[in-house]
Amino acid sequence: MTRKIPRPALALAFACAFGAALGVHPAARAQANRAEVLHWWTSGGESAAVKELASAYAKAGGTWVDAAIAGGEQARAAAVNRMVGGTPPTAAQFNTSRQFLDLIDQGMLANVDVVAAQNNWDRILPAPILNSIKVKGHFYAVPVDIHMPAWFWYSKAAFARAGIKDEPKSAAEFFADLDRLKAAGLVPLAFGGQPWQEKITFYAWLAHVGGPDMYLRLYRDKDASLPATPPFKALLASFRKLHDYVDAGSPNRNWNDATAMVISGKAGVQIMGDWAKGEFAAAHMTAGREFGCFPGFGAKSPYLVAGDVFVFPKIADPAQVRSQQLLATVFTAPATQVAFSNRKGSIPIRTDVDVKGLDLCAQQGVAIMKDASRQLPTPEMLISPDLEGSLQDVITKFWNTSESVDDAAKAIAAALKNG
Amino acid sequence: MVATVLWVYVGSVLWSMRISVSSSRTLPLPDFVGLKQYARLFDSERWMISLQNMALFGVLFILGCLAIGFLLAVSIDQRVRAEGLLRTIFLYPYAMSFVATGLVWQWMLNPELGLQATVRGWGFPAFTFDWIVRQETVMLAIVAAAVWQACGLVMALMLAGLRGIDEGLWMAARIDGIPKWRVYASIVLPMLGPSFGTAFVLLSVSVVKVFDIVVAMTQGGPGLASEVPAKFIIDNLLVRANIGLASAASTVLLLTVLALLAPWFHARAHASRRAGRAARASDPSEAAA
Repeated sequence: MTRKIPRPALALAFACAFGAALGVHPAARAQANRAEVLHWWTSGGESAAVKELASAYAKAGGTWVDAAIAGGEQARAAAVNRMVGGTPPTAAQFNTSRQFLDLIDQGMLANVDVVAAQNNWDRILPAPILNSIKVKGHFYAVPVDIHMPAWFWYSKAAFARAGIKDEPKSAAEFFADLDRLKAAGLVPLAFGGQPWQEKITFYAWLAHVGGPDMYLRLYRDKDASLPATPPFKALLASFRKLHDYVDAGSPNRNWNDATAMVISGKAGVQIMGDWAKGEFAAAHMTAGREFGCFPGFGAKSPYLVAGDVFVFPKIADPAQVRSQQLLATVFTAPATQVAFSNRKGSIPIRTDVDVKGLDLCAQQGVAIMKDASRQLPTPEMLISPDLEGSLQDVITKFWNTSESVDDAAKAIAAALKNG
Repeated sequence: MVATVLWVYVGSVLWSMRISVSSSRTLPLPDFVGLKQYARLFDSERWMISLQNMALFGVLFILGCLAIGFLLAVSIDQRVRAEGLLRTIFLYPYAMSFVATGLVWQWMLNPELGLQATVRGWGFPAFTFDWIVRQETVMLAIVAAAVWQACGLVMALMLAGLRGIDEGLWMAARIDGIPKWRVYASIVLPMLGPSFGTAFVLLSVSVVKVFDIVVAMTQGGPGLASEVPAKFIIDNLLVRANIGLASAASTVLLLTVLALLAPWFHARAHASRRAGRAARASDPSEAAA
């Protein structure tokens, strides 16, 4: 027969629990510069990178409260919901894009003009980044990294097996190399058939093969007469030709599984952003030794600029505003930038940092960034998420079915007119 | 209590409808653009494919689950020895979330990693089972995974219904010399009408909100071949910052479901009214009054 717990003991247990909970509270109130930061960096390499930001903030006298949410879309949705609901985080991660323009229009974001002026952002940041964070003359976001989504990564072992000596300098040479890889019995192009990867491969191909002018005419000018022109249709046809070089298991493959194919030497090339470097690093490979990287065809290939930023919701509490200013200053400090970039695989947002600590591909990236004429903004900086989604639907259908080039061109023109 | 229900459920439906006639993007806007979002919706090839896929999924999934669930229930009802264990095994998949089911089936059906690769490794190089990467068959792959998961529930419902059938009926059928399959087909099946009805309603709810299994298995691919309406709505709501279009899509989905259910409810109400009148007519005390 069970005995009932005597009442005094129960009361004591509750009191202890309550006291413990209260005991935490005074400590929380004493936290200096408390900042709750919402982000989506949850993979191994990404967590290591965000820890660099957190430790830099702690060194500067702040208290970092981590609010990680897996998945970029989910994290952004959670940030918007919290801002609308009245309990915003101190800072929320977005991409350098038009994702947060609506929030600015509705007056939900605080500007960081003070920090921008103190740190000369107008001078040290590249133009595509500046155009994305400076809206109507005010700075609404602090950039933390620059990613380039259109690198070519290749396995040196696979290239040796296929008898390829040099990196291809043009699309024709690239196709010839892919043919050699196919003849050697390897998978020429490691590909993950998810819509976002198909989208990235398309605009990478458009920038590298179609050229910056065609790219900007599509994404910046939204010229609905472009898709009907013969050069664009030729570009679509050569994009479709890439499909001959991917294996049958590519649909819905994750991007890092495709990188694993290159790492193991089963595949030759992958077109992916520089976040792939983390996978090579985790496999203890070094750039230039077991794997190689090139940012496009030829010496003047365009360098697509993407990145992550943190926005600061409008909060009335002056302590929170001070935390936001401190976050902005810490994130853009040169030492933080180098430490973060090393873990993340990105390049620093400022060109005045010491790059000796970065790997070969990142050093190449920083050198290219110094040439402003090669910088191209990614589509998400130029078009709304809605239009980007419509184009993604068209591209994924074109890639996965036997839809004709003409029909795809008509669909792209229709999407441009609607969005 | 009623006020809460009205406010929460009906109120939020009306709110969505209000948003669907505005040009809201990331945040709700109070403007009014008429039926522009609906026009854009029905212009969208992806939405039309989603509706077709939902219809195909609905028919195959419901038929498959009802058939297999019923057959499983009948087999277990034959006084098999390890009945408790078998019931647990067949019902267990329903305890898994659709996401877990989708992931496992995705790995199994992946031609490079799963069944096709394994059988080829056993020495059958011509064996192909790449349903999940082909446009024409990817919905079948999704239906297979969904039926695997949900037929246990139908089995449990049918079993409960079967157990409710009077023992005398079986004895009478045995005395009359009717073969067992005939008893099931002509006598038991009609008696299980309510069980089938319950199972149908539960399965239909899963059909309308099918989302997680598609996301886990194929992410709507390859291309747009396995897109479904719920995925279209969530993508526009969260990713594409287009809550106006998403609200229009969800309103259309609601109206579609109501349009399909309304005749059924009307028929049932009509039938029960007729049954009530017949009962009153045959009741002598009523007739006397």
